[in-house]
Amino acid sequence: MSSAATLQHADVNDAHHEHHHHETFISKYVFSQDHKMIAKQFLVTGIIWAIIGGLFSVIFRFQLGYPDSTFPWLEDLLGHWAAGGKLKPEFYYALVTMHGTILVFFVLTAGLSGTFANFLIPLQVGARDMASPMLNMLSYWFFFLSSIIMFSSLFVQTGPASGGWTIYPPLSALGDASSGAKIGMDLWLVSMAMFIVSALLGGLNYITTILNMRTKGMSMTRLPLTIWSLFFTAVLGVLSFPVLLSGAILLLFDRNLGTSFFLSDIVIAGKILPNEGGSAILFQHLFWFLGHPEVYIILLPAMGMSSEIISVNSRKPIFGYMAMVGSVFAISILAFLVWAHHMFVTGLNPFLGSAFVLLTLLIAIPSAIKVFNWLTTLWRANIRFTPGMLFAIGFVSLFISGGLTGIFLGNSALDLHLHDTYFVVAHFHIVMGVASFFGMFAGVYHWFPKMFGRYLNNTLAFIHFWITIIGAYLIFWPMHYEGLAGMPRRYYDYSGWTSFNMFNGLNEFISLVAMIVFAAQLLFVFNFFYSMFRGRKVTETNPWGSNTLEWTTPIKPGHGNWPGEIPEVFRGPYDYAKDGKEFIPQNVPVGDDESKGH
Amino acid sequence: MKEFLIIALSVLVFVVIFQIAKASEYVSVLKGEEKTRKQNNKINAFFLLGFLIFGLIGAWYCNELYYGKTLFPQGSASVEGQEVDSMLLVTILITGVVFVITQILLFWFSFKYQEKDDRKAFYFPHNTKLELIWTTVPAIFLTVLVVFGLKFWFKITADAPKNSIVIEVTGHQFAWEFRYPGADKVLGKKNYKLTTAKNSLGVNFDDPASLDDIHVNTTMHIPVGIPVKMVIHSQDVIHNVGLPHFRLKMDAVPGIPTTQWFTPRITTAQMRDQIKNPDFNFEIACDQLCGASHYAMRGVIIVETMEEYKKWLAEQKSEYLTLFPEKAPKENATDSIGKQITQVLPVKK
Repeated sequence: MSSAATLQHADVNDAHHEHHHHETFISKYVFSQDHKMIAKQFLVTGIIWAIIGGLFSVIFRFQLGYPDSTFPWLEDLLGHWAAGGKLKPEFYYALVTMHGTILVFFVLTAGLSGTFANFLIPLQVGARDMASPMLNMLSYWFFFLSSIIMFSSLFVQTGPASGGWTIYPPLSALGDASSGAKIGMDLWLVSMAMFIVSALLGGLNYITTILNMRTKGMSMTRLPLTIWSLFFTAVLGVLSFPVLLSGAILLLFDRNLGTSFFLSDIVIAGKILPNEGGSAILFQHLFWFLGHPEVYIILLPAMGMSSEIISVNSRKPIFGYMAMVGSVFAISILAFLVWAHHMFVTGLNPFLGSAFVLLTLLIAIPSAIKVFNWLTTLWRANIRFTPGMLFAIGFVSLFISGGLTGIFLGNSALDLHLHDTYFVVAHFHIVMGVASFFGMFAGVYHWFPKMFGRYLNNTLAFIHFWITIIGAYLIFWPMHYEGLAGMPRRYYDYSGWTSFNMFNGLNEFISLVAMIVFAAQLLFVFNFFYSMFRGRKVTETNPWGSNTLEWTTPIKPGHGNWPGEIPEVFRGPYDYAKDGKEFIPQNVPVGDDESKGH
Repeated sequence: MKEFLIIALSVLVFVVIFQIAKASEYVSVLKGEEKTRKQNNKINAFFLLGFLIFGLIGAWYCNELYYGKTLFPQGSASVEGQEVDSMLLVTILITGVVFVITQILLFWFSFKYQEKDDRKAFYFPHNTKLELIWTTVPAIFLTVLVVFGLKFWFKITADAPKNSIVIEVTGHQFAWEFRYPGADKVLGKKNYKLTTAKNSLGVNFDDPASLDDIHVNTTMHIPVGIPVKMVIHSQDVIHNVGLPHFRLKMDAVPGIPTTQWFTPRITTAQMRDQIKNPDFNFEIACDQLCGASHYAMRGVIIVETMEEYKKWLAEQKSEYLTLFPEKAPKENATDSIGKQITQVLPVKK
């Protein structure tokens, strides 16, 4: 390792000097191969998508909150999709579908892993760049291409895909089933294929870099927990995304080439289709074989970053480092073995269902270990409430709230009642949506100084945090009650029902809070772009007093990260409060009289 | 105009917040950044404690507001659903205790161990005994939940009881149709390729068993106290027979029939009396996104006494006679419809 590291250092260092002279705007900001710039590209693209996806939810919340009102400005904005100021059902479903697709894939997968895996892996393992900077660049540009295709699908005449982000056939397979299942659906599938290529190029790179490019002394058990979680995230993605790709391709065949993978015995729009022998349920297996690991692809980076940020700002080692790594490992294994818990009511073989109940509820054990370890890390700490720390604490709170409701839904007997109700909406928004967003915010606030050499405005950050956490609970907590009352999700209007029309006031309240929370996110976006250029400048290399290697680089590291040698690592990343010292960075040699840590 | 005002107001609020935020940055430079940081630390710690207290009060208040609107107070309308309810209750209790304890610890620790000049963080990297405890305790509680859950799961997914009434439920965009087997208690065969505008379910009338089958739309009648077995089909996309009052649901998948059974415990009339709502109906809600009018794919279940049910059934004309009225023997036109059917039908072995 040592000779390899030196060689690599010599190489890149020379290249670094040369680059300095020839770097053009295009090679530095557009087709950059510097992992830090690619990370920023992912982050900014993710932010743009988050605004679009969030705006969609605000628009469809207008329909849910005020089903009897009309809003003329909606017609100005959306044209015939909101003729007369009232959203059409077809477009309502398109908005719901795109909201899910955008936030799950484009924001919380590409925007989250893409940003932080790219930014943190080389910096924290002590590498000049990713194993393959070229593939890394391609990973972003495939994501960009995918984004362009998905964005253009918003403007086709028949509208974007509207069958839900899970795109179950036959609804997504037959143009006659809904107008969103026409060209919009083909674009969705092609865009997703490009997205998967991007995820695979990125993931292979992350795994290779973590396994092969660690600096001298950085053994696997000295990796920060961020890197461990990003490592398992990448493994999950590389193993599960290809399955979705196969599902997407088979669906394209069914749509355009007359095959019958997912179609059988269908009469639609007065036509008797010739397709026989396919299985609509097969698609769900293919989809959820990605779809469930995908939940952890979204969640694990947030867990890893929160662990790191909690430890740094508690000024205390993370409690049970090996247990934390072990539980992420256990979660990753289990993530592949629970997919059919999304399918308890499809007529699944009951015995198979019972296996999935057992495996699903098993996930609660490593999750509980993580929660208790975070709590113990806070115990007898000396906590600094930086914005990053607040969001990390918020992450833990949301992870508890949303995780516990998973115990309801993973139990097939209860799922019979709660499946596809607002209970599910509340559950996954809290545990995977908002919690992961909190992890992402924590990461942005914590590493912004490293990314841009400036700080975000703290006051705006505090306002952002408090509105967001209070708002998130106000939106999603009462939804559990709607779910317990059996109120189905993905309904455009409840007024025709005697069973579900008692929540009108609550729906209006939720819509109002959603608008306020969305506005608070704009505050963050403004803070982000303003501080990038005008924020308070970082004056010290290690502003948080952190142990990890990224804070040993210059305030604004160039391509190659360290101007001189890559530092050697002598210890684990969490030597805080050890031997009376506040913190001991990883590159400080172990003294003779030092007590033994973990 | 109103929209314009709202936008103007929002922009104003934004500008004000931003100016305050900017000003606070300058103030912190004047006051000394370290001092401001410590002050903010105290404020945020205090807010975290406040969030815990108001959060717990809020959760209690939310329960006061909405518990009555869930389906618990009225109880399950099916015998099987009562078990779901009691399992829900046990799960709420267990997770509720965990929720309260962990959230209190999280926010209380955050408040209590906020940064103080005279405090040093305690070096506590791991403790095997503690970690074993909080691996084992959740495992025990989860085992309990899994055992009870699976016991019910195997019961409800097992074959329906022998005395069940069989009803075929078919979903299509965007309505429900029902087929009753008639006097021979056997549903006639069907083939989706026979579907026409009139024969909307594609029933094969060459099958003698189909001649007495009854076909109704939207509203399903069932008797109270007897298990009902639904055989569920879909003609186009995936639908879901969602029965919130009976605590059950099952997908309707094209090409792959599914089944679901339950025992109604209370009639529609009794339920109307109990919750004092004369307009109440048990509804079938489609619970799987099925297209533009998914939200309006409504069915109704009328649970009635056995006598009422038999009377209703006797009043229904078989689908065969509805579609081919010329097949009905003329001389019996004045007789009751039920009698007509038995005479037209070939004898079933």
